Amino acid sequence: MTGQEEGALSGRSDFQAIAAWVRPDSTVLDLGCGDGLLLKYLKQTRNARGYGIDIADANVLACVKNGANVIQSDLERGLAGFDAGSFDCVILSQTLQAVRHTEQILLEMLRVGREAIVSFPNFGRWDLRLQIALGRMPLSPELPYEWYNTPNVHLFTIADFESFCRGHGIHILERVALNRGRPVRTLANFFGSLAVYRFEKRR
Amino acid sequence: MGAVRPQTLSFTEPLRFRSGAVLDSYDLVYETYGTLNAARSNAVLACHALNAAHHVAGYYADDPDNLGWWDNMIGPGKPVDTEKFFVVGVNNVGGCFGSTGPKSIDPRSGKPYGSSFPVVTVEDWVDAQARLADRLGIASFAAVMGGSLGAMQALQWTISYPDRIRNAIVVAAAPRLSAQNIAFNEVARQAITTDPDFHGGDYYGHGVVPRRGLRLARMIGHITYLSDDAMMEKFGRALRSDSIQFHFDVDFEIESYLRHQGDKFSEYFDANTYLLITRALDYFDPAAAHGDDLSRALAAARARFLVVSFTSDWRFAPSRAREIVKALLDNRCDVSYAEIDAPHGHDAFLLDDARYHALVRAYFDGVFERL
Repeated sequence: MTGQEEGALSGRSDFQAIAAWVRPDSTVLDLGCGDGLLLKYLKQTRNARGYGIDIADANVLACVKNGANVIQSDLERGLAGFDAGSFDCVILSQTLQAVRHTEQILLEMLRVGREAIVSFPNFGRWDLRLQIALGRMPLSPELPYEWYNTPNVHLFTIADFESFCRGHGIHILERVALNRGRPVRTLANFFGSLAVYRFEKRR
Repeated sequence: MGAVRPQTLSFTEPLRFRSGAVLDSYDLVYETYGTLNAARSNAVLACHALNAAHHVAGYYADDPDNLGWWDNMIGPGKPVDTEKFFVVGVNNVGGCFGSTGPKSIDPRSGKPYGSSFPVVTVEDWVDAQARLADRLGIASFAAVMGGSLGAMQALQWTISYPDRIRNAIVVAAAPRLSAQNIAFNEVARQAITTDPDFHGGDYYGHGVVPRRGLRLARMIGHITYLSDDAMMEKFGRALRSDSIQFHFDVDFEIESYLRHQGDKFSEYFDANTYLLITRALDYFDPAAAHGDDLSRALAAARARFLVVSFTSDWRFAPSRAREIVKALLDNRCDVSYAEIDAPHGHDAFLLDDARYHALVRAYFDGVFERL
């Protein structure tokens, strides 16, 4: 198995964590929805009424093939077509590290959604720290790209994200750190390969 | 799709138009492709736009070059596969290709309807299409699809007959015309009605047709179907001869092309039908009856939607399609929306584009699975 295929598989490991936080029959908007399989999973497991947003032609086609609703649109230009509070939950699954307008998108998620869920690869995991300490840009199943071909533009750690939330009026409701699919009990920022958060606007 | 044959059905139950006018009886010309399954659940209606009709796919045995207007989309193994679906194409009421329209004989007077043919709306067309569906034994369409004005009919189906349409494929559409759209239509109509051969719409008795007007109408229409880039790419500033001639006859290739299109069109299209169809475009505005709120207008819709726009379409730009998508989202309808990066302008909905056709194919695979 190549690093990339492994990455794609572990990409599914946040589905369960996300689904556990999506209330039955709720409306969800999945930003950067890719092939639409998360939406399909949420429909099957939570009877969620979901829509995805993606800019790539190939992903829009994949969503239609998978029977997921998809709106072709550029996330980086915000969610102008969506009314405030029009979704129960807005999800950004393993995409935050690949967007340019990070701040704007997180705030847009909380404008359109009553709450939001993000998952991202934790750049603070010990093996990544070690690789950097040894002088190389790190590779892992969650971050399978070489420095020269990565779509990721903003790599960050669990500690970075929580600090961001504190500074931007974001109230974290729940957090799960996963280590290759299994929950991490202690030292999340050291052992977690993937972090999943549920959050809302601080009231 | 092989050779196909048009068929005609006569209707004697009066059709009441939105304007209040009534057509006591009428004919509809239609074609079908594929086979209606035993459950009668696989029917697809393909709605035509301004200048097309019921000949959607295939060719005529005695006219093998006359390919249906959506032949690249509909047929065996095509994105809308006629080995799975039973596709219906119909010439709308008011048309000039065999269905009752202004050039048909009014049984009351024994003369062509001409100027007395009622102004017809998209709603009226959809009502007539529903009558055709009744006669064909189609209780509900698996899908109603169309581009441009055809897409407006698909949209209207979801409002007028929400329980009789399971999927709407809405391509290169707008939820209503802009002032600029209406302006172009008005220029086209003025070209026709000011032609001395128009005779107030009753030119049939004079043995003439307002050819000059139709020709101009087609020329201006054609400009709006193409993008600036596509036109530049196709014609550029190429000349008919080696150099400019210092006259007002044809110098540039684009002039020659437009004249040719206009001439061709004026030979086969009825001027009164052109007036009626552009008016139907102008009047289409489902939001108007709901306080200009398109979301409320679509509240009754139960269908799933595929909405497609083309980036270079300045006639019905992607932003117009997004208005439809927004209203569908407000109603929590199932909808997918694709913005195809195609250079051809409004006409792109009729052309072969791999991404566009792959998308429609994938969508119809889903329609088939859900039959």
